[in-house]
Amino acid sequence: MSSVRVLVGTKKGAFVLSADGTRKSWTVSGPFFAGWEIYHVKGSPVDPNRLYASQSNSWFGQLVQRSDDGGVTWTPVGNKFAYDGVPGTHQWYDGTPHPWEFKRVWHLEPSLTDADTVYAGVEDAALFKSTDGGASWSELAGLRGHGSGPHWQPGAGGMCLHTVILDPVDEARMYIAISAAGAFRTDDAGASWKPINKGLVSGTMPDPTAEVGHCVHHVAMHRARPDVLFMQKHWDVMRSDDAGENWREVSGNLPTDFGFAIDVHAHEPETLYVVPIKSDSEHFPLEGKLQVWRSRTGGNEWEPLTAGLPQRDCYVNVLRDAMSVDTLDECGVYFGTSGGQVYASSDAGDNWTPIVRDLPAVMSVEVQTLA
Amino acid sequence: MISVVLPQHLRTLAGVGAEVALEVDAPVTIERVLDALEARYPMLRGTIREYGTGQRRAFLRFFVCEEDWSHESLNAALPPAVAEGREPLLIIGAIAGG
Repeated sequence: MSSVRVLVGTKKGAFVLSADGTRKSWTVSGPFFAGWEIYHVKGSPVDPNRLYASQSNSWFGQLVQRSDDGGVTWTPVGNKFAYDGVPGTHQWYDGTPHPWEFKRVWHLEPSLTDADTVYAGVEDAALFKSTDGGASWSELAGLRGHGSGPHWQPGAGGMCLHTVILDPVDEARMYIAISAAGAFRTDDAGASWKPINKGLVSGTMPDPTAEVGHCVHHVAMHRARPDVLFMQKHWDVMRSDDAGENWREVSGNLPTDFGFAIDVHAHEPETLYVVPIKSDSEHFPLEGKLQVWRSRTGGNEWEPLTAGLPQRDCYVNVLRDAMSVDTLDECGVYFGTSGGQVYASSDAGDNWTPIVRDLPAVMSVEVQTLA
Repeated sequence: MISVVLPQHLRTLAGVGAEVALEVDAPVTIERVLDALEARYPMLRGTIREYGTGQRRAFLRFFVCEEDWSHESLNAALPPAVAEGREPLLIIGAIAGG
């Protein structure tokens, strides 16, 4: 029988939540790396027992942990993230040049074809790659070397490369997103990159349609249609049907189009999920009602999903990497909150149940569907 | 033998107790102690000194014989009491955060 493993990164450690395919009864393991911020934990699609975790804090910096047994035991691997060459400068919040400085790993994306290959999206924004199971890391410097690099500016959370999407068909194609530089694509395995932000409109920028500078919060893709991308921008939910060359807004009837998380149903490429958040100055749901909104039409037409979610006095946030789906026949959807809840739906979002209620603030949620 | 006292998180990471004993050739300096510490426990690399600059991480302090050595040169010779193993080198994390 299939089973599900939910990998949860929190402000104070990592947790592994496990259930069989019915997704009714859960066991909770952890905390792993207690007291550390775990920005992300993700498993290899090639070897589900191979997990990578980003562990950091302000005192001791960055560590990367690896598990080869599905999260039972962990080993620290390489944590040296050295920018290629002279790092140069990007813009600081006030527009002055600021040296590129490594701060932390936001996102770990294991290869689709090799368990020892994994990508790391870091702050200050850059993409690193390891081909030895995380023992050593080298920068794919063509991204930061893109001519626009000196004009990139941090978002409120830092200048982070938070999204890495690997094309399941074309191994040389990858997408990344940076707050607040925008989205970029490579078609040559990371040697060169191009901004893919045409159609994004960010009213707070001096040039609202500039090539770079957009605060992209997250991007999602369905594996069956790698040219179709969905984006939760700072404000606006966007869609591209041509691998990011052009974007159009699909916020439609959402009550607010600010948010962080976005994901796509495992079996229905036109079904997507967002968690509307009131605004960038109030990072909580509208009217204290926690709602996932689902579109079955690839955007524009949205419906609120509320069954099992608190509909009063709820003021949590859902961060960009804190939503994921499983691939069981009836798609499961999962998300974690800043209040420490991890909610699960085993019926594509119609009904929700908290797996856990009282973890530390959740930073990331990834799901593994195990045979 | 030189004695080093680590903060709790680094003890857990390295799998050691409160004090670590290390062989360090004279002249005993903080840099040499950290070199020996990281050679014995490679998982500590980058957690006390920044990669690249080799500088002390900002939220850590070095204390020796009840004195703050955080701003001394990493190459300065440590007092005989430390070099002879009678007093430890204390690596202390800032009391901060939530």
